[in-house]
Amino acid sequence: MSPLDLLMAAPLGFMAAALMLGPSGRWLILLAAPLMAGLALWLALLPPDAAYLVGQWDLPLGILLRADGVARLMILATALVIGAVGLHALAEPPEKPGHAAQAETFWPLVYLMWAGANAGFLTTDLFNLYVTLEMVSLAAVALAAMGSLAAALRYFMIALLGSLAYLLGVALTVARYDTVDVILLAQVAEADLATLLALGLMTAGLLIKAALFPMHGWLPPAHAAAPAPASALLSAIAVKLGFVILVRLWFEAFAAVTGPAALHVLGGLGAAAVIYGSIQAMRQDRLKPLVAYSTVAQVGYLFLAFPLVAGTVEPSGAWAGMTLHGVAHMLAKAAMFLAAGLMLKAVAGDRIADLGGLAQAMPLTVTAFGLAAVSLMGLPPSGGFTAKFLLLSAAIEQGAFLYAGVLVIGGLLAAVYLFRALSACFAPLAGAGPDTASRGPVTGGVQAVAPLALAGLAIVMGFAGTALVDVSAIEAPWATPTVIQPEAAP
Amino acid sequence: MDLPLPVLLSTGHLYAVTGAALVGLGLYAFITLRHPLRQLLAVNVVGAGIFLILGGLGRGPDATDPFPQALVITGIVVAVALTAFGAAMIVRQAQTRAAAKPAADDNENPAP
Repeated sequence: MSPLDLLMAAPLGFMAAALMLGPSGRWLILLAAPLMAGLALWLALLPPDAAYLVGQWDLPLGILLRADGVARLMILATALVIGAVGLHALAEPPEKPGHAAQAETFWPLVYLMWAGANAGFLTTDLFNLYVTLEMVSLAAVALAAMGSLAAALRYFMIALLGSLAYLLGVALTVARYDTVDVILLAQVAEADLATLLALGLMTAGLLIKAALFPMHGWLPPAHAAAPAPASALLSAIAVKLGFVILVRLWFEAFAAVTGPAALHVLGGLGAAAVIYGSIQAMRQDRLKPLVAYSTVAQVGYLFLAFPLVAGTVEPSGAWAGMTLHGVAHMLAKAAMFLAAGLMLKAVAGDRIADLGGLAQAMPLTVTAFGLAAVSLMGLPPSGGFTAKFLLLSAAIEQGAFLYAGVLVIGGLLAAVYLFRALSACFAPLAGAGPDTASRGPVTGGVQAVAPLALAGLAIVMGFAGTALVDVSAIEAPWATPTVIQPEAAP
Repeated sequence: MDLPLPVLLSTGHLYAVTGAALVGLGLYAFITLRHPLRQLLAVNVVGAGIFLILGGLGRGPDATDPFPQALVITGIVVAVALTAFGAAMIVRQAQTRAAAKPAADDNENPAP
């Protein structure tokens, strides 16, 4: 056994155990959180060429698990996010009044998403990626259904269509190249009609899953209606898997096929998503839709980075910026959703205007929200700043001033909508009376510490900049092949 | 296109063409129909078309490639699971709506 397959097997085991244990299954997170964090850390420290063939089947048929830089960072962030969200949910069961059974079904879904996400980040097999995509979608839809069944059903239908588009692309790839392994495809891919059609179909399907701008419609209702821990997992993890698979396709398997024009289409959609998502977030008067639209905007940055990575011969900076932005967004957005959930519960409302007086009543939670906001806006020092700085310098270096402008404006717009929510917390309490009594007791405990820890990690990322940049470059497709590399500096 | 039918059959193109037609039909139904159950069925038609393409393209002039077939089996398992899940959600939504209606009536009838 190696950490590569344990990272998939362990969550599946926890899922089965949680199903069997029923109501007491929630305590499993106390074991799962440290165990998975340890495994993820072990993975991050493995030698650079760490890989594992499932069942020792050789490559054309076998499934290769490979720990490249993107996988290491994403899996570590996933372990931290799900661990913290799980501990939060242990103290604060995610249920609507009158739906006690919901809290029980939450746990198997969490572990299913964990297994699917880890498998998806590690595998290089396009068909296996389809299966992991479905595992994560299944868990995500069910988590969204804990809030609004109608929104979840809409999400389900559109996600199903996305999966099928992806599957049709995989089918064409099989027919054309007789392999679905990313590494083998990178050696044989040519720019012919079948390949372009396959890549187009897979990309369209994955853009739905990743909720890039014109395909984002399902995200805000589903993410805003779900209970806070579920929203945190949806925004932090479910959306990222589609993005990582797109990275595998565009920069690895079909790097020889993708032209600058196509990359600029993705980059342009990303830029549009940043602007559109931010403006929509500014227009919301309820807190959770604001945070959900912020996800639409932040996903835009991930795709805005695509032409920047491809547009230079030395893409380590832009590559690290893209990867670190994904990681920083995972940590900060999960923290923000958890904090928002606590804040809204304390005021028993869902409008931003209701938040008055919270800064005094629950300083820890408002601090967590504020620190997460710092990273999302890209203010130094934070993971969001490091990522945006790397992307911005890559854009300026390449003379891509349009993307540079969007990066700067996007940060300003994020400041506008996030400060609006924060300033509401610092506003004096509007109406004294029955409200005041409810704004006291929920200040301490694990449920308040979890978002603070996640937001703190997003800030700490800003201090670990170069180390993380080095990790992100491990086995990156643009780097020199490992065969030629003399040795890896430990 | 002057391909005689036997050639079409032997190279598996007939399956792919039929599959493409099914994908088109399913997509059309998915876009035009609004009821979630009909949409779920439409998505299944699309899925059946894709499996037909995937399986049919593995069929060569003299030997059949087992690789696409193995993928089709996995794909069908995933599709069945997702269809069951989607159907369960649709049933739950119908039940919730049916339960909400009499409750709303009850709230109106008794005097406050």
